[in-house]
Amino acid sequence: MSASTEHDQLILHTALTAGRIMIENGSEIERVEDTMTRIATNAGARTSQLFVMITGILMAINGEVGAQIQPVKRRTFDLEKIAVVNELSREFAVQQITLQQFADRLDHLDSVSKYFPFWLQLLAAALVSGPLEVVFRHNLHDFWITCLVGMVGWVVYYLISKYVEIRFLAEFASAAVIGLLAVWSHHLGLGNSVDDIIIGSVMPLVPGVPITNSVRDILAGNLVSGLARGVEALVSAAAIGFGIAMVLQFL
Amino acid sequence: MTITEFIIDVVGNYVATIAFGILLNIPRRALNLSGWIGVLGYLLYQFTIVLGGGYVVGNLLGAVAIGVASLQAARWKKMPMILFNIPALVPLVPGGQAYEMIKNFALGQNDTALTFLLQVVMISGAIAFGFLLSELVNRLRQRAWRQHR
Repeated sequence: MSASTEHDQLILHTALTAGRIMIENGSEIERVEDTMTRIATNAGARTSQLFVMITGILMAINGEVGAQIQPVKRRTFDLEKIAVVNELSREFAVQQITLQQFADRLDHLDSVSKYFPFWLQLLAAALVSGPLEVVFRHNLHDFWITCLVGMVGWVVYYLISKYVEIRFLAEFASAAVIGLLAVWSHHLGLGNSVDDIIIGSVMPLVPGVPITNSVRDILAGNLVSGLARGVEALVSAAAIGFGIAMVLQFL
Repeated sequence: MTITEFIIDVVGNYVATIAFGILLNIPRRALNLSGWIGVLGYLLYQFTIVLGGGYVVGNLLGAVAIGVASLQAARWKKMPMILFNIPALVPLVPGGQAYEMIKNFALGQNDTALTFLLQVVMISGAIAFGFLLSELVNRLRQRAWRQHR
């Protein structure tokens, strides 16, 4: 393999990995296209052709025969990785790092996830639920119990989406748990209003990333990906709704 | 609405936005700013309601403010825009109405449920349209900025 072909391969590998990491972690399509084009241009490719979709990426450079495919299999929400890819791309653009370093760091980024500590995520789930319950319903009495129920609901969501890996089951199950806990805590006299507790507690489950990205993708002209994300958000919301409705129906 | 309630709401919005950011694993140095953008969206929403603009226009203006402010923040911090607008959007989500809709459907009161469904659709549409408008503003500004250079 000649040196220039090897370099081209490295460009393709770097750009495709960057693109895949960004889509996997919840970036909008336009940003992925932009970043990949920049990487190719800054690495010295004369031209680059891209086809980015929410389920896979196609890329060719310099008008050569061999285009490469990178499927996108899983989708999580880890916005820090998007920010890191963005930073690496900027560093590469001003030539602080070489292409090889860029590729190595991307592979490293892909293999490790640096989430916030678990206790902080628990606290965050509680602090999404409680304050939003107060903002929406002005019911200060139920603040603490909403924090607690929201936290438990989020733990259920977290555990199911981590270990069972069936899409939308996590949303459904945690919404059902939240409904049950809300009814039960009202029964025990811990909360005044079942409605308010449930409204606050499901807020950590809201599919914020698909909603926002769906609108942005459609506006940028990526109609297929935008609609796919919109459906994802809609089904998540429906799963939450069915979980709650099931509890309300039977109790 | 009293002053105390207003202060509690602002604090609640700030805390909830940041907490949602933590759940999405937003980089630490973006958290504070996204919290303030969430408060900004809420303020516009609340002022519109107090001035008699109605909740649809309120959500629309809130979403526009979030979109425009997020792009400013993204430029300033040199970070992707979605780090700021996704958490900030969460306090605008029509959680209360969506819940009332589900509840009334589950209890078989379809007329009430349809009223709430309409509200949910209108609010979500207003937020989506607000994002569209902010995107238009951003694109116009980018174009003006490019020509200026």
